[in-house]
Amino acid sequence: MAEITITQRPAHVRHGSNIGQPLTRRDGILKVTGKARYAADHHPPGMLYAVLAVSSIARGRVTFLDVEAAKAHPRVVEVITPASRPVLAQDPDEKTNPFTFRLDLLQSDKVRYANQPIAIVVAETFEAATEGAALLSPRYDTDPPRVGLDAAESFIPSGVGVGNPPQVHRGDVEVCLAAAPKQIEATYETAPQYHNAMEPHAIVAAWDGDTLSVDTPSQGLALAQARLAGLFGISPDTIHIRSPFLGGGFGSKGLISGPQVLGIIAARVVGKPVKLVLRREEMFGPVGHRAPTRQTLRMGADGEGKLRALDHRTRTTSSTFDDFFEPASDISHTIYASAAISTSHEAVRVDTGTPLFMRAPGEATGSIALESAIDEMAYACSMDPLAFRLRNYAEVEPISGKPFSSKALRDCYAQGAARFGWDRRLRTARSMRDHAGFLVGWGVGTATFPALMFEGHAKALLRQDGSGVLEIGAHDMGQGAWTALAQIAADSLGLDIDQVEFRSGTSDLPDAGIAGGSAHTATAGMAIHTAGAEVVGRLADLATNDERSPLFGAGNAGVLARGGRLFRRDDESRSESYSEILTRTGLAQIEAQGKSAADQAAQSNYAMHAHGAVFAEVKVDPDLGQMRVTRVVGAFAAGRIINPRMVHSQLCGGMIWGVSFALHEHAVIDPRSGRPMNPNLAEYHIPVNADVPSIEALLVEEQDPHVNALGIKGVGEIGVTGTAGAVANAVWHATGVRVRNFPITLDRLIEPQTG
Amino acid sequence: MNNFDYIRPATVQAAVVAASEPGAAYLAAGTNLLDLMKGGVTRPRRLVDITHLPDLDRIEELPDGGVRIGALVRNAALARNPSFARRFPAAAEALLSGASAQLRNAATVGGNLLQRTRCAYFYDVASACNKRNPGAGCDARGGDNRLHAIMGWSESCIATHPSDFCVPLVALDAVVEIEGGAGRREISLEMFHRLPGDAPERETVLEPGEMIVAVRLPQEAARFAAHSRYVKVRERTSYAFAVVSAAAALRIEGGTIAEARLALGGVALKPWRAREAERILAAAPIDASIFRRAAEAALAEAKPSGDNGFKIELARRIVVRAIALAAAGTPEQMPALPASPFATVAGVIHG
Amino acid sequence: MTFSTTLTVNGVTRTIQLDDPRVTLLDLLRERLDLTGTKKGCDRGQCGACTVILDGRRVNSCLALAVSHDGAHVLTIEGVADGNRLHPVQEAFLAHDGLQCGFCTPGQIMSAIGLINEGEAYDDPERVREGMSGNLCRCGAYQGITQAVLDAQKVLEAARSQEVA
Repeated sequence: MAEITITQRPAHVRHGSNIGQPLTRRDGILKVTGKARYAADHHPPGMLYAVLAVSSIARGRVTFLDVEAAKAHPRVVEVITPASRPVLAQDPDEKTNPFTFRLDLLQSDKVRYANQPIAIVVAETFEAATEGAALLSPRYDTDPPRVGLDAAESFIPSGVGVGNPPQVHRGDVEVCLAAAPKQIEATYETAPQYHNAMEPHAIVAAWDGDTLSVDTPSQGLALAQARLAGLFGISPDTIHIRSPFLGGGFGSKGLISGPQVLGIIAARVVGKPVKLVLRREEMFGPVGHRAPTRQTLRMGADGEGKLRALDHRTRTTSSTFDDFFEPASDISHTIYASAAISTSHEAVRVDTGTPLFMRAPGEATGSIALESAIDEMAYACSMDPLAFRLRNYAEVEPISGKPFSSKALRDCYAQGAARFGWDRRLRTARSMRDHAGFLVGWGVGTATFPALMFEGHAKALLRQDGSGVLEIGAHDMGQGAWTALAQIAADSLGLDIDQVEFRSGTSDLPDAGIAGGSAHTATAGMAIHTAGAEVVGRLADLATNDERSPLFGAGNAGVLARGGRLFRRDDESRSESYSEILTRTGLAQIEAQGKSAADQAAQSNYAMHAHGAVFAEVKVDPDLGQMRVTRVVGAFAAGRIINPRMVHSQLCGGMIWGVSFALHEHAVIDPRSGRPMNPNLAEYHIPVNADVPSIEALLVEEQDPHVNALGIKGVGEIGVTGTAGAVANAVWHATGVRVRNFPITLDRLIEPQTG
Repeated sequence: MNNFDYIRPATVQAAVVAASEPGAAYLAAGTNLLDLMKGGVTRPRRLVDITHLPDLDRIEELPDGGVRIGALVRNAALARNPSFARRFPAAAEALLSGASAQLRNAATVGGNLLQRTRCAYFYDVASACNKRNPGAGCDARGGDNRLHAIMGWSESCIATHPSDFCVPLVALDAVVEIEGGAGRREISLEMFHRLPGDAPERETVLEPGEMIVAVRLPQEAARFAAHSRYVKVRERTSYAFAVVSAAAALRIEGGTIAEARLALGGVALKPWRAREAERILAAAPIDASIFRRAAEAALAEAKPSGDNGFKIELARRIVVRAIALAAAGTPEQMPALPASPFATVAGVIHG
Repeated sequence: MTFSTTLTVNGVTRTIQLDDPRVTLLDLLRERLDLTGTKKGCDRGQCGACTVILDGRRVNSCLALAVSHDGAHVLTIEGVADGNRLHPVQEAFLAHDGLQCGFCTPGQIMSAIGLINEGEAYDDPERVREGMSGNLCRCGAYQGITQAVLDAQKVLEAARSQEVA
């Protein structure tokens, strides 16, 4: 195999001064004082309020809107319906690229899902707009909705997730399965889930001629800018999107949504700034969700517990009008070694909004099924579930055969198990109780997530006063980008972090790529790293080519940057400050651009993933079935950790999502109407504080020379994977009841009283 | 929310007059009413604000040993009142197990009694609901009804009452004091809420304009202080309505149950007093098999109203659990997780 | 019809003329008084993001009608710090990273202050968790939040003992 070279300029900087430090969140003070302004916190002069009317049917047509009644309500200014909506430059249903999802922008009276926007009411007050929307009292021609995994004929989609093939195999699964002495087959079902970031989607939009300024939460500033440019027929340069703070995204704010665009349309129509904020129930429809799945796993193992065959089939749903297919089976490509592996997907079209990537899309969903099935296989082989996973450890990526760029998974299993106390586990189900009499179960799951990197851009400046500026249109939805990226910027510029002005969070700055796929720190970080190296290199040139400089003649590679000074590598007593260099050359500042891109050669030669092992303890009331996840320990290896404090929080947050996946989240859709019956935070359960008394993340050391020059892998989503399965396995271990429908509810654990 | 007349009368009498108009509603803390108005579930034309009425927010020890609790007393304030919590611990535990701290701090005792069902079809104005719209039908039948009623339901309504507080109150023979156009009257809490029958829109015995002014517990209710628990099964550890719940209060003399009180929550459109079970427990030794017989009697009339048959067995078990915990003795201190099966109190879950 | 409501918000008393009785305390703060620190997460009393301290009690401001609270004292997140000096609860949230996206954070902090004032959670993590369960956090910062509350409680308790001494 050919030597892989990282094609970067030699870095002038020494890492560790900022990178790796557990700094507290730099935007923390703004957040704890209420000074951080989220989109809906803006109130430009003359602003009006827009509220949506949304459909209560899932399929059919709006036949009547009582526009008169709405307009008659005091302080209502305008009502916008499909009949009165101004023409857009582009059809919202036109797909220009796979990242362009079809939006509901009042293009017709057709209804494609429950909670689809069907009109906008604009008023001088929020109260008037809200009541105006209610007064529209829509009437419909209703068609019977298609709901659920069996609603219609299934088909094989041409791609799943983001352009993955729907069917993949290696070896002959049927032959290997038939020959395997131990076999299991199990079918699992996962429920529809909705992102439900705490901040509802919101927008404050203002037009000035053809210039558009918006405050709106965005995980993808450049993508949003491009989409808006197309829809409104204006240049992207005239669109300014500010998103310094997002109240959570989890994938739902990666692409600009229909409701956000409707706010912009409303502003256009009334000629004044407009604020539109989604109601919580409107978060269940037009802004994406995780589709339900039914997954069948068949596995075969030999007498030593080695997997001979693994077949993972997924059925999922998408909307009737657009494509996003939850790639649940794909997780079986990466974790466990098996002689033969086969994954496949089929889909059904239903009358819902189009699904969208939701934290670990495919990975989370496939993980709960795969980890449950692996446990069932382990038990069929009379093996401890952790030992079984180790027995089937993949030394190379299972489907592709590629070596891993790095894989500290064995350390994760070992460290997690030690911390958790796994070796005290009794193998038999329903055999452990605590002193109060609760059933106790311990489960394990393997966590994994690909280490992705997108294309990102940054600009770095060094100023004559010795300070630096780093500009990048990155996104912080709580993962700590404003801190971690500033740390990378400081190191890349060879400056103390307080000497660096870090500017971000607006579309006016260089495109940092979408904050998704757990790739943002790597993508934005590498762009910053490159820009910093570039500008420091230019500064170095100014010095090394100048006889007056102590660095004269050192040559570029002979210089290193630290603390705002350049030093000769071979003699650190010879140095001078940035300020001295720039002052001498009479420059107010110098700047440089940087770009990140995945190294194609490295990617084609190595499989790149972050890994983890999650151990969960669940207590179950033996008579009442009520469950509590009393302990979770996850050990994760994700390459270089820029800020352990931020990463710890992300991992814990992801693990709580895993608990939520296994035991809580479930959008209940009434098949008669196609409407979600629990579109609110009282009945759509996510964990409360008391649900997760102990969540612990261990960071396992790992260095990866191939993923990127900074060695970053990303941690935003991996916590969900592994955890959901660990909890499900713990419930089985506690009760002896294997529940294959998620979320697991207590009624499934209550056995009829005997005797 | 629809626009409304807002009136803030200075006296109870004036409030009653103002609220006797059709389309009027009383506003106390508003934690239920405002939620319903925001959802368009109820659209009163007039709100009569009673929050500033004098003399409705006191907790009075009565000379006969009972207690009168003003209708405007906040849920949290009542639960924290040391005398109340000591004498009526199951009621205090039930109060603290409901909703969230923020809601308990605002919501009133009167509001707790009058809170309306959480049935999703009641809340969803596009669904057919005989409560909201008499004669429209009941979409909960044949719908998402895992958590709906297993007792006292009818073809026209299968909803449940969501209050925790009302369950031990019914067990302890609480009385509701009412002020109305015809003056003052009172009725047992057990009779206050109506089962749906064929008129589920009539939820309580209140006539238009009538206001709850107080809830009274008789002195007999304090005899159970040493052996009173409320326990609640939920689908998450906190901040969730009961799947099923039970309040058990025992008077134990010489190792035998001298008297028992028992009521169930989450099973019907009102708390379910289980008198037959109480009779089985009276004069019985403290024995799990007797608890089980009592539980079976308590649920003898239970019938699933949909996909909720599991609630019947679950309700039997929560009754057994409540009796066992009560028999073990009221904890010295309110548990960290009130009413939870996971309450970390010394003593095992089986009492 | 105009309603007159006098509120003392963060120590500043003002009489507000409202032409609409429907305005909640939350929307009054956010839309009419430019106090946007308090957040709207659900508007139905189900998430706790709108928590403020009203007459000494932590409550959901989305379910309080402004007109009904004539004469009330309201403390919001903007009134918690003492100039540039953060409140011990705010310090603790920062130190323990009890936040990520920050949207639920003002409500968590107000709820924590209320919980500590209620004086019943003591130093028991279970009581703190239960007491904070009315504040949802989708990012899952609960570990940090609980630690922050326990930590802040100690600091405030120590300060109180010093005062008494």
